[in-house]
Amino acid sequence: MTFLLFAEQMLNGLQFGIMLFLMAAGLTLVFGVMGLINLAHGSLYMIGAFAAAWVAGLTGSFVLALMASLAAAAAAGALIELTVIRRLYKRDHLDQVLATFALILILSEGTRWVFGSFPLYLDVPSYLSGPVTLPGGIQYPLYRLAIIVAGLVVAGGLFALIARTRIGIQIRAGEADREMIAALGIDISRLYTLVFALGAALAGLAGALVGAIQSVQVGMGEPVLILAFVVIVIGGIGSIKGALVGALLVGLTDTMGGVLLPRFFALFMDPSAATTIGASLGSMLIYILMAVVLIVRPSGLYGSA
Amino acid sequence: MTLMKLAMLATTAMLAAGAAMADGKVKVGMITTLSGGGAGLGIDARDGFMLALKLSGSDAVEVVIEDDQQKPEVAVQLADKMIQAENVDVLTGIIWSNLAMAVVPSAVAQDKIYLSVNAGPSALAGAGCHPNYFNVAWQNDNLHEAAGAYASNAGYGKTFILAPNYPAGTDALTGFKRFYKGELAGEVYTTLGQTDYAAEIAQIRASGADSVFFFLPGGMGISFMKQYADSGVGLPVVGPAFSFDQGILQAVGAAALGVVNTSQWGKDLDNEANKTFVAAFQEEYGRLPSLYASQGYDTANLLLSAMGKADISDKEAFRAALKEADFASTRGDFKFGNNNHPIQDIYVREVIQEGDVFTNKIIGTALEDHVDAYAAECKM
Repeated sequence: MTFLLFAEQMLNGLQFGIMLFLMAAGLTLVFGVMGLINLAHGSLYMIGAFAAAWVAGLTGSFVLALMASLAAAAAAGALIELTVIRRLYKRDHLDQVLATFALILILSEGTRWVFGSFPLYLDVPSYLSGPVTLPGGIQYPLYRLAIIVAGLVVAGGLFALIARTRIGIQIRAGEADREMIAALGIDISRLYTLVFALGAALAGLAGALVGAIQSVQVGMGEPVLILAFVVIVIGGIGSIKGALVGALLVGLTDTMGGVLLPRFFALFMDPSAATTIGASLGSMLIYILMAVVLIVRPSGLYGSA
Repeated sequence: MTLMKLAMLATTAMLAAGAAMADGKVKVGMITTLSGGGAGLGIDARDGFMLALKLSGSDAVEVVIEDDQQKPEVAVQLADKMIQAENVDVLTGIIWSNLAMAVVPSAVAQDKIYLSVNAGPSALAGAGCHPNYFNVAWQNDNLHEAAGAYASNAGYGKTFILAPNYPAGTDALTGFKRFYKGELAGEVYTTLGQTDYAAEIAQIRASGADSVFFFLPGGMGISFMKQYADSGVGLPVVGPAFSFDQGILQAVGAAALGVVNTSQWGKDLDNEANKTFVAAFQEEYGRLPSLYASQGYDTANLLLSAMGKADISDKEAFRAALKEADFASTRGDFKFGNNNHPIQDIYVREVIQEGDVFTNKIIGTALEDHVDAYAAECKM
């Protein structure tokens, strides 16, 4: 394998990881602060992508489309929190899973009802399209680089929000002891709505960013949701730092495993068997990683046991 | 809309239950994908099928439609329900080969007729062929074989090939290699339902290939084409029609312009049946038909033609009537081979822009009267 290919694949893994982080951050916040398992997080990702595709189709502006995705997903998140999720905090996890699974079905069919069954068109804006040449002669799509940068900026902003602002203090306090901060006079239900909307907005942004290079269609969120759960389990539930490290680990393992394993098997097998076995094993790799992490650290890398 | 249809069907079902069954009526169970990422394909096939029934004016066909959610276990449950509780005579509708493999062998063994609108896995075309199983679309390898033949004719000598890791994906790459004479720059199996192809595209870039062949139906093809166009690799692309059908093209946009793909059907094929079909489909549904819609349409017309010749209660005669394939296909010439799979021409199409709509234009014929590679293994 040449250096160029290796470097490009590392960038791909990084970009995939950053996307997963945007999804996992909201999921882990919601779980950490409110103790809620939200299966409908993938639907918020889908809502972001559809809102972006719709606004881009109307206005032709990618920036407006991204803002629409943030706004639509945050609004949908807040609405869902106020109407449904709010009633679930005191219930056990099985009820939460059941109710949020119902939300997936409702939101998917609702989206299908509004936008139809055929995928929507959302394209990379012209100023971000095409490849750029990086130092070392690596050719890489500019848009994917932009995703990496945008994701890192969002990650930085999120850390600053959690570590340095009043809201961040409240969020951390809410994670540690929710009765106590309510007793201190903080409007806990408003805080919950806010955190839920924030997580939803991040998922919506991820959906819009990814929608431009993938297909905007009903059900696009569920495969990502599964990976996001793997990420927060690896990183430790409730930890933003864990979500970032977990997402990068999963992104790199998945990408590099899918590339390296078939080559490894090709050393001593015939090529078509090697690609089949390599590809199958490659897709298992992140679950193996999760199992190993759980054996070594049962509460995840940064989890508070 | 689907609910409306189901309600109407339920009403007709209750009415029909009162009437005697031996009046030439046929009950059809359609299991197809109507939700999730692959829904566009199932909806097109269903709409084509229902359109043919509507145009025929016949009320002798009763259709029960169910959504398999693209999940084999759901499809199996639905098939059991349709066979045991609904007592259907004919099953049809499955899009995906892994679902077909889960449903078809047991359905035909229970003496139900199965008419395939899409999936044509190799396992059902060769030694596993069955007198009750008719494929109206193609054997899975066919369009890929045509793509292989086209790539060789176009002078490509180092093609990079990729497909998802499931029965139709392996059939696709096998089919391509059967008719492709050059060497392969690489061969990759992706995950079914995968949406990010950055890793594969990087491999293509590094492989020194002179062209790319890919089979990625539904949303997978959209993702791949957009990312491929954005990567700047820029090698010529060849694919089967599944990667460039009408539902996909609008979402891919200009990135697909000029791409060559192979199909047994095109909306500009010059025959009466096709003209009627394309015009009626646009009028009924307000969109251009895809090859899946044409396959659904042909399937319903095949069924109607057989019903005109024999009664479903006489299975032997009904099978013989189906095998004659005495209907006006949207593809022009159409006949069944010994293994009940089509013998047909496969065309080369190019993606063009008509106004603001992206669509395909036929530019040549890749294979004439093509018989699938497994026919000889079928003892029928």
